[in-house]
Amino acid sequence: MPTFFERKQIVTPGDLLAEGTYVAGENTYKEENKIYASKLGLVEYQDKKVNVVALRAFYIPRLGDTVIGTIVDVGFNGWTVDINSPYLAILRASDVLGRPFRPQQNDLSEVLDVGDLVIAKIIAYDRAHDPQLTVGEPGLGKITRGQVAKITPTKIPRVIGRKGSMVSMIKEKTGCHIILGNNGVILITGKNVEDEQLAVMAIYKIEAESHTSGLTDRIAQMIEKKMQKEELKNESET
Amino acid sequence: MSQKLEKLIDKKGLRLDGRKPEELRQIKIEVGIILNADCSAYIQQAKNKILAGVYGPRELHPKHLARPDRTVLRCRYHMAPFSVQERKSPAPSRRDIELSKVMREALEPSIFLEYYPRTGIDVFVEVLQADGGTRCASITAASLALADAGIPMRDLVVACAAGKIDNTVVLDLMDTEDKKGSADVPVALMPNFNAITLLQMDGILTHEEFEKAVNLALDGCKRIYVMQKEALKAKYESVKEVEE
Repeated sequence: MPTFFERKQIVTPGDLLAEGTYVAGENTYKEENKIYASKLGLVEYQDKKVNVVALRAFYIPRLGDTVIGTIVDVGFNGWTVDINSPYLAILRASDVLGRPFRPQQNDLSEVLDVGDLVIAKIIAYDRAHDPQLTVGEPGLGKITRGQVAKITPTKIPRVIGRKGSMVSMIKEKTGCHIILGNNGVILITGKNVEDEQLAVMAIYKIEAESHTSGLTDRIAQMIEKKMQKEELKNESET
Repeated sequence: MSQKLEKLIDKKGLRLDGRKPEELRQIKIEVGIILNADCSAYIQQAKNKILAGVYGPRELHPKHLARPDRTVLRCRYHMAPFSVQERKSPAPSRRDIELSKVMREALEPSIFLEYYPRTGIDVFVEVLQADGGTRCASITAASLALADAGIPMRDLVVACAAGKIDNTVVLDLMDTEDKKGSADVPVALMPNFNAITLLQMDGILTHEEFEKAVNLALDGCKRIYVMQKEALKAKYESVKEVEE
């Protein structure tokens, strides 16, 4: 039962990863006892499971995911939301208003208009239907302030870090509140624009260097350096 | 056909551009050079210069084309007006439409189309400069762009042509050899499965010659496949080096 690559090596679609009683994990497929890669990415062998961590991907909705989306259309009984995925999501008016409504009387664009950002959860999705969203839980709903950063969805786990180490470090250092959408959209709200921008910069740096080691420390250093510079600037001004 | 022209193979057995019969042209491949497309690839094969761009999977428009059970792959092969010596009309010609179809059929078996129903993937191939064998180079580049876009695939697709000039079977015909020679056999291959996804022939070959041409083209495909893979990995390995 041989494996043909080392851990963390880059593989291309069609590469033979393992032969024998292995289980095909993420981004792989099995044919006649052989496991092949189906995406460009880094291999991971976990006991009997073979995974490929994709280097680039698009967001495929999953039940229970928190996503951040943009309203692209206002309909008669709901909104269409772009969630950075091949599929557009639906947000029903009854879900947002929480009461019966009459399309003739209520103007939905007064509640949410085209271009508004929402944090929502996916409550229904399968192959045959577009994903449906809900905002009926605490912390969900229209976004009123903050900044948004967009990264490849596969890199969200890296931004979170091991047991949330990365994201809590950024939160602590910049004093910003960070919400990660599983679809690769991240909302950052802080006391002032400078803090927010610092957090955005850190997140983009993580995305670009996600496959290198010792990243948490380097990001922490970067943030501290920038903070010191800001302070010096503020002091000289006053 | 060949009485009026000079020899395509000289006394030393070399071709017009100094290649041996089984030699490929110089190939350069790059991935991810167009930022506005979801992913892209560029291939340069001696005088051939071809760009491929991929969008998707995304919502398909017009919507009536969407299939409930799979992704729709759409390909567009197009030659720039300045890609050939005599200006080519930019409107899609009969040949452009045929090659678009041929490309789509060569790429379709390599993609897991059933993973993302009701969506579409668009592949655009623009030939900037043509010198024979553009359909093969287009397939090679398009497959790379698809792989880099993160679309799940069974295998990469790589294509190469073989043909017959001056009664010799040769690899990777260029434009003059294609026009003045007697046959051309383009082949596309999924190398890890040894599966042929495109096989065409124009001209006349005997059974033996045909077999020889196909084998030669397959051999060429495998050699290009090595370069194709390197190009795909190179994009990410260069990032790694900068940081280390």
